[in-house]
Amino acid sequence: MLPRIHGFDSGLFNEFRRLEREMDQLFSAGFWPGTMRSVASDSYPPINVGVTPDQVDIYLFAAGLDSEKLDITINENRLSIKGERRLGRDDNTNYFRKERYDGAFHKLVNLPEDVDADKVEARYDNGVLHLVVKRRESSKPRQITVQ
Amino acid sequence: MTNSKEMTKRDVQSPQQRELPQRSIRPEVDIYEDETGITLKADLPGVTKEGLDIQVDKETLSIDGKAEIDMPEAMQAVYADVRATRYQRSFSLSNELDGDKAEASLSDGVLSLRIPKREQYQPRKIEVRNS
Repeated sequence: MLPRIHGFDSGLFNEFRRLEREMDQLFSAGFWPGTMRSVASDSYPPINVGVTPDQVDIYLFAAGLDSEKLDITINENRLSIKGERRLGRDDNTNYFRKERYDGAFHKLVNLPEDVDADKVEARYDNGVLHLVVKRRESSKPRQITVQ
Repeated sequence: MTNSKEMTKRDVQSPQQRELPQRSIRPEVDIYEDETGITLKADLPGVTKEGLDIQVDKETLSIDGKAEIDMPEAMQAVYADVRATRYQRSFSLSNELDGDKAEASLSDGVLSLRIPKREQYQPRKIEVRNS
């Protein structure tokens, strides 16, 4: 009997998780009006994205990465970041907690249409990958003087 | 509106705290034990040595880290999985662990903390003598 109750419980829990994710997606999808499709909010690593009129800043919170193994590409306004984090856990070790992400990841971020794919900078500092993508001149807000 | 904004500004010390005063992130950890002690690894992306505070006393271990994120002025956040710049987590320690001898290091945002077991809990090898 016990396993069944557990099974039911976790099924229900998963359902809540799914709902929560869908809600999240509903609210977080399309952070560029119309174009930004979505960033799966529960996938590793967590990211933040910010904009100024000049540039788009993307932050990946991924401690302990081998920055040599990062594969960052940008195709028009689609940014792709591939990487991996191998923890090399020993199966014979007595683990009390194993919460840290272990494996490969692939993150896709849709950027605004006006980014300049030729002007991308990346830095990895203290476990945060910071990408700066410049935006094209024409898209900056311009002051219009009324004569 | 302007007044209340200034009030909150005066209350806090750093720009990061101003944006996110209360929330903190519970960092993900791995903890494992071997014969001589316990090792904890915690993901603290954005935290530098200076921003990290680890307290160990007889019963508890607490980790408190502040992330320094380089942000351009007037940046508007458009998407954020990470909504705080502070990491906090505490653990209780069993008394066989010797907090005084804990050692920590930080590399690329990964904290490694080693707490050895007290002498009397360390495994001892019994020498067998020839009679």
